[in-house]
Amino acid sequence: MSTDARSETVPRRLPRNLPGPTGIVGSLLVLLVVGWLLTNLAKTPGDFFQILLFGLSLGAVYALVALGYTLVYGILELINFAHGDVFMFGGTVSAVFILEVFQLGSHERWYVLWPSVAACVVIAMAVCGVLNALIEMVAYRPLRNAPRLAPLITAVGMSFILQDVVLGWRGPNYITVPSVLPRSDVFNVGSVEYRWDELIVLLVTVPLLLALVYLVQRTKQGKAMRATAQDREAAAMMGINVNRTISFTFLVAGALAGAGGLIYVLWQTQVRFDSGFRLGLISFTAAVLGGIGNLPGAVLGATVIGLIQAFNEGLSWSAPGGDWTQSIVFSILILILVFRPEGLLGEKTPEGQ
Amino acid sequence: MSGAALSPSDRLRAAGAAWRRLPALRRLKLIVGLLAAIAIPLGFVDTSLGIGIAAVAALYGLSKLPQRPKLVAQVALIVAFAYPEPSLSAILAVFFGVAHLPAHLRRFALPGVALAAAIAYPFFLDKLFTIPLLGEFPSVNTGVAMVVFIMMAVGLNVVVGYAGLLDLGYVAFYAFGAYTTAWLASLQFSQVKLHIGSVGITHSMPGLHLSIWLIIPIAGVITALAGVLIGLPTLRLRGDYLAIVTLGFGEILPQVARNGADLSGFNLTNGPNGITPIDAPGFGHTLHRITGGVLPVDFLSDPSGQNMYFWTALGLLVVTIFACFRLRDSRLGRAWVAIREDEIAAAAMGIPLMRTKTWAYASGAFFGGVSGAFYASFKSAAFPGDFYFNISIFILSMVILGGMGNIWGVIVGAALLSYLDREGLANIGAWINLHFHTSIDVPPYESGIFGLIIILVMLFRPEGLIPSRRRRAELHEGS
Repeated sequence: MSTDARSETVPRRLPRNLPGPTGIVGSLLVLLVVGWLLTNLAKTPGDFFQILLFGLSLGAVYALVALGYTLVYGILELINFAHGDVFMFGGTVSAVFILEVFQLGSHERWYVLWPSVAACVVIAMAVCGVLNALIEMVAYRPLRNAPRLAPLITAVGMSFILQDVVLGWRGPNYITVPSVLPRSDVFNVGSVEYRWDELIVLLVTVPLLLALVYLVQRTKQGKAMRATAQDREAAAMMGINVNRTISFTFLVAGALAGAGGLIYVLWQTQVRFDSGFRLGLISFTAAVLGGIGNLPGAVLGATVIGLIQAFNEGLSWSAPGGDWTQSIVFSILILILVFRPEGLLGEKTPEGQ
Repeated sequence: MSGAALSPSDRLRAAGAAWRRLPALRRLKLIVGLLAAIAIPLGFVDTSLGIGIAAVAALYGLSKLPQRPKLVAQVALIVAFAYPEPSLSAILAVFFGVAHLPAHLRRFALPGVALAAAIAYPFFLDKLFTIPLLGEFPSVNTGVAMVVFIMMAVGLNVVVGYAGLLDLGYVAFYAFGAYTTAWLASLQFSQVKLHIGSVGITHSMPGLHLSIWLIIPIAGVITALAGVLIGLPTLRLRGDYLAIVTLGFGEILPQVARNGADLSGFNLTNGPNGITPIDAPGFGHTLHRITGGVLPVDFLSDPSGQNMYFWTALGLLVVTIFACFRLRDSRLGRAWVAIREDEIAAAAMGIPLMRTKTWAYASGAFFGGVSGAFYASFKSAAFPGDFYFNISIFILSMVILGGMGNIWGVIVGAALLSYLDREGLANIGAWINLHFHTSIDVPPYESGIFGLIIILVMLFRPEGLIPSRRRRAELHEGS
């Protein structure tokens, strides 16, 4: 058929040089936010930079949790709903160790403080890594071949069980730890004050992120993880132990969440059985914003979300304020999923179909 | 599984298969024996519980006997309980009687008897026996809550069970219905004054006061519209993404409700204090006079108001169940099932995916809105706490436990779990504390217990207690 052959050469539609309606709306929204930020910058530059630095630290904590979501989603296409609660569990374990094993106070000598904190990092990462791997074995592995929604439902159940375990263990109140980290200023320029605890959050997070990138990109285990994520069956045929690789991924994700929990407790000094639920959702939003399954994307998304939250709660000129943070973050989630399901850095995927 | 060691789940599956291969009689003996082994030690702790479990074992054994001895044993059981527990004996008699009907009659007799028993429940409640471990039968107030939750579970079943869309924010619809009632039948908008068929309040009262009978369908329709609005942008998403987006909506709306006391000066939701009081339903003075006082003016001031609430709820539930059955068998319902089973194949067969899914959402939302509207009037309040995420999971566990897609299963699951929520868990906790001298407060751990239930059900019996045949085939085809 000659007409068919011709229609091959003639493009059906004009190439889209002009943005569509969603593009226009999206750009307008972004412009609006940028304008709001610039106005605030002009009005109160000191506040602006201080909040910016705070937001970076907040984003770092989110990044640790968001990476767990993204790792697991990348390999299993499962939203590990219990991940936020693994984070909370890490925070609780750390708090208990700080309070009852190391018995740290607010002005410890450095040779007491740093070894204890380092030990806490190792303990929290180990406990949460193992916990996450166990959750996978108990609640997700038996459902590998079940309909997609089945493991999501058990994940929700796991999240509730973890919350109640901590509720039964430590009660319904906030577990408060003394502010162990030094709160003195790193620098204080004009009205911009940057404290050590905020910097320490970054100092712990960044090496972990680099280590993760090294693990995934450079090691054999990382290669196995990427292969499994790409095609589980083909990976198995190439001699990769798929189940072990998946367990390992959960272990890594859980360890990151555990580190996040510890840092969160050290920084915010309190944690409770339900702290993980909301933070987990926010981190999931971050992972989606960056493009789920994409590691740099998760970090970028987490930073953006951390900054948005910090700006919203800290800036003075027509900011909605902390009462609305959750609504704003989830609106972003919904907007991203609806208009750009592949996220900021993700590639086009059939997610949105 | 390339020669790897058996994982625990594989072993469990193998054990399950071996169990199914056993001859029926061996299985029966094992189950009865197991129950007896549980009953005897428990009998030492609490005699009535031991007897109760033994009775359950006996009932289970009975059901497998041949016809003649079964009849004899049943009569013996009825007679044996006639003196100590006449109510139990009566229940058994009805139950056995229905079970002996021929199959085509039993199909109608079972729901009929259940409905009749439910309607008469307030009258014979105080004559019923005490259940071992669980204590008294639920009160009428609990009954209202149970019926409302059953209604919501049946509504959610349309979305999750029929169309296979996981909705983690279903509670938003329920709370939306509750707030609709609160807006239309309270003092909230005292800037205006509009009374339409309102009962039980003075005529000078400011604010919107519509009759609850009007509000219930209005709330349903408004909530269905809200469902469409939420659904239109999100239903394009694939299953797990949809779940998270519904969850996101379920988290945004309560924040709006909490912060809604001052939306640029306008008090929409009265913030964390919620909107209260809300008018009660009722039949007004005219109907009250005509029926010679049978129909109360309003439920709140009437001495038997509780019962009226209960019967109203039952009426709404019957309508809901009927509607859901008709929906399931309709063209739309078959399209839902087709989408659930294979979306691509369904689209290829010419089913418009978006429209069909949106209808599922709207129908589910409608029933959620209706139950929320009624329940708000019963509680006489609407709070931001009505949006609590746990309620979504709670209703989801009802659907999963009962059997996704099967209305009877969902009803049983919802009745069971909502009873546990209202009274059962507290009673079980009290029983444990009494007999083992502990001091555990069980209700705070409710969500964990429900979490455990849904995990166990998904792992071991994903089709639920009373499965729909079709859904079961689907869930087992993969393994």
